[in-house]
Amino acid sequence: MIDPAARGDAPGTGRRFSLVILLLIALGGVVSFFVARARWWLPPGASTQAVEIDRLFITTLIVTGIVFFLVHVLLAVLIWQGGRRTAPAAYWHDNRTLELTYTLAPAAILVTLIAMGAVVWTRVHAAPPPNALLVEVRAEQFGWVFRYPGADGRFGRTDATRFTGRDNPLGIDPADPAGRDDIVTRELHVVSNRPVHVRLRAKDVLHSFFVPQFRVKQDAVPGMTQNLVFQPTRPGTYEIACAELCGVGHYIMRGKVVVESQAAFEAWLAAQRPAAP
Amino acid sequence: MAVTHEAHTEHRQSFLTRYIFSQDHKIIGIQYLFTSLFMAIVGGFLAMLIRMQLGFPTAKFYWAQWLFPGGFTNNQIKPDFYLAVVTMHGTIMVFFVLTTALSGGFGNFLIPLQIGARDMAFPFLNMMSYWLYPPAIVVLMASFFVSGGAPNAGWTSYPPLSAIPNAAPGSGLGQTLWLISLAILIIAFLFGSLNYITTILQLRARGMSLLRMPLTIWGLFFTAVLMLLSFPVLFAAAIMLLFDRLGGTSFFVPAGLVVGNTVVQHSGGSPLLWQHLFWFLGHPEVYVLILPPMGIVSEVLATHARKPIFGYPFMVGSIAAISFLSFIVWGHHMFVSGMHPLVGMAFMTTTLAIAIPSAVKTFNWLATLWRARIRFTTAMLFAIGFISLFVTGGLTGIFLGSPAIDIYVHDTFFVVAHFHFVMASAALFGIFAGTYHWFPKMFGRFMNERQGKWHFWLTFIGIYLTFFPMHFAGIAGMMRRVFSVSLYAHLQALSWVNIFISLAAFLLGAAQLIFIWNLFASLVRGERAPQNPWGANTLEWQTSSPPPHGNFGHELPVVHRWPYDYSVPGAPSDFTPQTVPVSAVPVPVHGGSGEDERDSRER
Amino acid sequence: MTRPAATLERPRRTPDLPIGPGGPPVATGDGGGAAMRPPASAASIAVWLLVGAITLLFAAFTATLLARRVEADWQVGPLPAILWMSTAVLLLSSAAVEWARRRGRDDRQDQLWIGLIVTLVLGVAFLGLQYRAWRQLVAAGIYMSSNPHSAFFYLLTGMHALHVTGGLAWLTHAVVRARRAASAVVALAAVEPAAVYWHFLGALWLYLFAILFEV
Repeated sequence: MIDPAARGDAPGTGRRFSLVILLLIALGGVVSFFVARARWWLPPGASTQAVEIDRLFITTLIVTGIVFFLVHVLLAVLIWQGGRRTAPAAYWHDNRTLELTYTLAPAAILVTLIAMGAVVWTRVHAAPPPNALLVEVRAEQFGWVFRYPGADGRFGRTDATRFTGRDNPLGIDPADPAGRDDIVTRELHVVSNRPVHVRLRAKDVLHSFFVPQFRVKQDAVPGMTQNLVFQPTRPGTYEIACAELCGVGHYIMRGKVVVESQAAFEAWLAAQRPAAP
Repeated sequence: MAVTHEAHTEHRQSFLTRYIFSQDHKIIGIQYLFTSLFMAIVGGFLAMLIRMQLGFPTAKFYWAQWLFPGGFTNNQIKPDFYLAVVTMHGTIMVFFVLTTALSGGFGNFLIPLQIGARDMAFPFLNMMSYWLYPPAIVVLMASFFVSGGAPNAGWTSYPPLSAIPNAAPGSGLGQTLWLISLAILIIAFLFGSLNYITTILQLRARGMSLLRMPLTIWGLFFTAVLMLLSFPVLFAAAIMLLFDRLGGTSFFVPAGLVVGNTVVQHSGGSPLLWQHLFWFLGHPEVYVLILPPMGIVSEVLATHARKPIFGYPFMVGSIAAISFLSFIVWGHHMFVSGMHPLVGMAFMTTTLAIAIPSAVKTFNWLATLWRARIRFTTAMLFAIGFISLFVTGGLTGIFLGSPAIDIYVHDTFFVVAHFHFVMASAALFGIFAGTYHWFPKMFGRFMNERQGKWHFWLTFIGIYLTFFPMHFAGIAGMMRRVFSVSLYAHLQALSWVNIFISLAAFLLGAAQLIFIWNLFASLVRGERAPQNPWGANTLEWQTSSPPPHGNFGHELPVVHRWPYDYSVPGAPSDFTPQTVPVSAVPVPVHGGSGEDERDSRER
Repeated sequence: MTRPAATLERPRRTPDLPIGPGGPPVATGDGGGAAMRPPASAASIAVWLLVGAITLLFAAFTATLLARRVEADWQVGPLPAILWMSTAVLLLSSAAVEWARRRGRDDRQDQLWIGLIVTLVLGVAFLGLQYRAWRQLVAAGIYMSSNPHSAFFYLLTGMHALHVTGGLAWLTHAVVRARRAASAVVALAAVEPAAVYWHFLGALWLYLFAILFEV
């Protein structure tokens, strides 16, 4: 059997390793999060679900952060002592009570996090309230097209064979009267503090509708219409990013969403040309 | 490679049958390891290309344009080539490096040796398993050279992007070759799994009951079960996607698509179905990648801490629980895909549940280190490093497993950070620990410890510096697979983060050169290693280094105890191999509470 | 004299005795050791693992089919009558291999071998009839891309046929080994796993037939 010293196991390796773990990882990890909070962090939330999701995120972060720190401290202590020990190692390999403890304690923490997460997840998927602003968002390679239902509150039928790049980007079927008052735009405008009901569609491949400040993300699946509901709370202009690889232009699929007052929204909508082909 | 032979006139082997088309599991395992190393260099190089772009999008790389004239223009990478690089990096690392090195490499080398068998149950099938791997590599790499280039739909290859040839440049022949390559490799994995499971069930030495098997074998056993049951599903999906592309079917492509101003002539398929089938494999696959390293780490920790592994029954139970649960969590990759929210709730529960056995294992490793007498060999450093990396990566999994949080972090760099910690780091550390630990057994020589230590420190620190900041990029909202973040106001602040990550990544990549040098130099002129340099208990250390053909000489070993009798009180040395009868070295009765009762029963 | 498994010879694929864990069972009183385990053939374990993997493969196809079947445009295509004949032939071949097995257990090695040959011939006939069915559909203008049902028809029958081809190769291998075997017992060790696989393919075909044509 080998002589540890001859195989390069220098005395002090354990101490050095513990220090690296303690300083670099345990402390560094925690400190870096505080540094990051100042400059690379969650963009300020601008919707009701942002508040709930952020709260869940921070709670999880604190719990996992504490575990991260404590486990690394423990690891550092163990290898510090293990490197110094001259007596034989302890022949100790079972303790049911201990094992049950550290089976049940993580289970309890995780069950709590599951329950908290379930509440938020359910609320995010609540049905759209009656006063929700209905809008269709259609993702394509490589941009976003939006459609408002107009006065009748209904969207006209679309047909893939009727697409034309500029005049009829959604392929609205002229035979459907419900489509006559549909308004097609290249910017998404919504009203502050009013729920938005988005019908999400895709023209060609998978995309994903992601507005970081709203904490909203939903895949746009070709052949399906997804429904999502959110409520913006802060007026302003925000970016839409595509969050599902959709081809070469995935990184330039930037859209724009404007949150404004009801009056400003109506003025803007009135100024848009109806889409009737 | 010096394979010693006893008086052996039964069959003379040519160079071809001894080293190339070998049916000896040890040779096959080493073949897998070296081929995986080659692919790791390719995959790692692709990662450097990614970091060049993300860290320095405006820089000019003249040498890269010279190497890849089709992929670079104006000395800068093109978006379609960038996506091809991203796709191939992921594919190569997951399937062609980690799976092959762990299951193919360590699985093959260790299983017969550690259970006391002469070889696998089906040596010919084993040889076939390896020899499907190089053709799969050739088919995969060929995609770089065909019109349209390598696929650019990500390693996840979601249709319709991957199904419609003109949806992306790489969705032409490149994507077809990718699918064929995976199909070939999956068959290789299936042959391997059949062999491993059968061998472990049937060929254990006398006295090697299941509960006396080393944890490495338990890990490899369940890994083989996972592979056997989950890879066929990806195979089915790949066949159907091939038919969608080439046969005009519509398994995954719905009606009414318009790509590039042409209406696509498909109808009735479901893109979501591909995701379900892919992740039904994809999730167990990541456990295929972490269970063997967990086993290896258990082995290395016990050996170099001179202490029994703590909680062996719970360790085995945890491996079983992780394996079972891994089949019912796949939906957590699809929380925002359009699944019903209730389904999301179910997957959240199972996903967070799978954290429990992982936590149990982690605490058991920590308990193994308590009151241990640690030898900080390079293998041990990597095993301890694994614990740190697994904890970090596992904890971020808790964020991702909660669908409400996942709404925000899905498809951002937070996910990239998470899986690089558990796969690229933890699983990789398992491979490194296993290499440094078993290199003497494989080749009869030691690797250089000094170089090993340099490799460890640069890699361990390099990994944290590279991947930890990715969490922040993700929290700030940086999406995955983006060629550039310059367009987005909310991402402008990230350019410094990306530069930092890229520089750390270059350092990390360079550090691996030390390992590669060490590996090859030690093969040729490493210090000779004895039969049992680490004073270890498992069966492979009770035979020569390297083992002879047939592994154990004339008599197969007989096993009398579990593998973790290190530092038994009253024993003549601090290790007691599995072949030592209990009467010779009795053990304390109640799992080592320190009482001085001796037990001469065999456990 | 050392036990066969303990020598330096490369482990033979057909040992004279079924490969057991380290040799024939010996009572060592070590609880959970060799005394508890009856010797079983490695190949017989492996064939069930293979069956498991192939079942998962077709389970994935089934999930896809079930999801597709509920769409409005699903219509079950015409059932080529020749499929009844191919089904009968495949069932007959299962009967033949089972008969061969029984004869082998009765120590009639010659009849075992004949039964295997009959199985092989019937298996080839099955593939031929399946191919005819394909040609009939093509002649009727029904291709893989014609409609959702035809896609599944070609996919499932094609994948099944591929596995049958593998099964034929395995049976051929078993035929050769049975011919060379010293006794019926030894021959059986080669035949049993192949027979299990063959029965599985028969059962799989019945399942695919039923699920495709909602019989």
